[in-house]
Amino acid sequence: MSAITSRERRERRAALFFLAPDAIGLTVFVAIPMLLSVVLGFFWIDGFGNFDFIGLDNYVRMVKDPQFWSSAKVTLIYLVVLVPLIFVVGLGLALLVQQKFPAVGVIRSALFLPYVISIVVVSMVWQFMLTDRTGVIATLLSKIGIDGLSFLGDPKLALGTVIAVTIWLQMGYYMIIFLAGLQDIPTEYYEAARIDGASARQRFRRITMPLLAPTNFFVLLTSMVAVVTGGLDMIFVLTSGGPANSTSLLIFYIYQQAFLFGDLGYAAAVGSVLVLFLLIFSAAMFLATRGGRFSNDD
Amino acid sequence: MTTDATTTSAPGRAPADPSSPRSRTSPVRPRKRRSRTAWLLFAVGLVLALATVFPLLWMVLGSFKTPEEVNSPQLIPKTFTLENYVYVFSQVPFARYLFNSFFVSAAVTVLALWFHSMAAYALARLRFPGREKIFLAIFATMLVSAPVTIIPTFIIVRTLGMVDSYAGLIVPAIFNAFGIFLLRQFYVSLPDELEEAALVDGASYWKIYWSIVLPLSRPILSALAVFFFLANWNSFVWPMTVTSDPNLRVVQLGIQSFQQQYAADWNYILAAATVAALPTLGIFFVFQKQIVASIKTSGLK
Repeated sequence: MSAITSRERRERRAALFFLAPDAIGLTVFVAIPMLLSVVLGFFWIDGFGNFDFIGLDNYVRMVKDPQFWSSAKVTLIYLVVLVPLIFVVGLGLALLVQQKFPAVGVIRSALFLPYVISIVVVSMVWQFMLTDRTGVIATLLSKIGIDGLSFLGDPKLALGTVIAVTIWLQMGYYMIIFLAGLQDIPTEYYEAARIDGASARQRFRRITMPLLAPTNFFVLLTSMVAVVTGGLDMIFVLTSGGPANSTSLLIFYIYQQAFLFGDLGYAAAVGSVLVLFLLIFSAAMFLATRGGRFSNDD
Repeated sequence: MTTDATTTSAPGRAPADPSSPRSRTSPVRPRKRRSRTAWLLFAVGLVLALATVFPLLWMVLGSFKTPEEVNSPQLIPKTFTLENYVYVFSQVPFARYLFNSFFVSAAVTVLALWFHSMAAYALARLRFPGREKIFLAIFATMLVSAPVTIIPTFIIVRTLGMVDSYAGLIVPAIFNAFGIFLLRQFYVSLPDELEEAALVDGASYWKIYWSIVLPLSRPILSALAVFFFLANWNSFVWPMTVTSDPNLRVVQLGIQSFQQQYAADWNYILAAATVAALPTLGIFFVFQKQIVASIKTSGLK
């Protein structure tokens, strides 16, 4: 290493120069916040920048706060219902638009369209359509004899409504991901199976699903992270966590504590628990699927 | 199967299409069989597509309705009015919101593409000690998504004095590992000879980056540009967190505060929402291919 040529030195200097803007920015705005998120939970911090080390107080308060537990429960239900539904709907749509039929390109675009619209806008539109009594959905339902449902006002229905709107919003994205996975499967496999007399169901189970395993893993993992850490925009505009906290996801609870009540330290403590949960869950999934391979035959 | 073959080999069909000489010899059989299921799939797809697009159609058409009509289940407005748009633009500084969103999104997109392509070039094509470790560290930051670090990020931005400024809206939004990662993968795949000749001629690394590497990455840069611009145009939580000055209000915040002010006036709210959605709809129709391409590469490669 002692004899560095001048060209090597020049190359190193250039690398430093090219890397500097992103390296500094990522350190300040990504890496340090990540490290801080672990530390901040041990502090009392107010909205004006005053702080004080208070040990485990925030965590003790969290465990005793019934609203934390209720938000944790809402998040868990949201996760357990939404992730499989997104998977099934995304894959189903991909299998549909993978076929050749008239106007398939236009239909594919239409299914994808909601994904590019802002969550604020779509939340408003759904709020409008779901308005009690006067909204278009209530009007249409009353024509077939269903009256008095309050999709956003009834604590029993609100979370389901949020889940349905989220699926509508995101299905196009996962459809595209699945479509890319499906297109990577060589068509010869299907032809060979058809000649051997395999039924459509057999072809799906024996060819499509095994060869789609990496995509499946990717979709499950990313949708899980997206579900746990996302949803903030929609909850904010569509339900504000209500009614009766029935749609108060943990991420909304954290945001509320931090920026509406100004308790940044406590919110950071809850946030660190969320990060920990995500890490454990991803690691478990990674191990269970052997690095996303899903292979049964090694 | 055999019946299909006999029914579909309609005489006179192949000669009617002289431009494709193969049509006479190629088997016509699977075609007709497919077309029956094809129309069934078309019907299913059409129903799903219409149901998917309906809320957006409902929004756009509702924005042209009068206050009396906006709640009627009639899709097409009976009296078509532009009054809602006039009202929205005259009651709140909507043009200012649109400008703020445009300025912030464009600035983030340009700076992010510039910095990310520079970093990716170094990581992919220059040799220096610790290269793999730096790449791994950058990759690792992709695992934690932004919403959970919003509190520490806010504290840092506040410490730097960037609250309630364009810098606070723009700078923290620039840095994400995803763009670096995609560009690096692309640059690794370029042939080794690419910069050899230029280096022999004594060109600087900056010159190679600027006049050889950047022009070559135009397709992937345009795909990322569309993606970054959309994401920043639609951003809501971060602008809400970092700004309170009405002059800095981006359009998503603008329509949300407008809605709180005009809670039941849906005709106005729908007009405001339509204006906020219009640029994204335009981008979608023009750059659909790029959007889909960048999602595909983000997913698997």
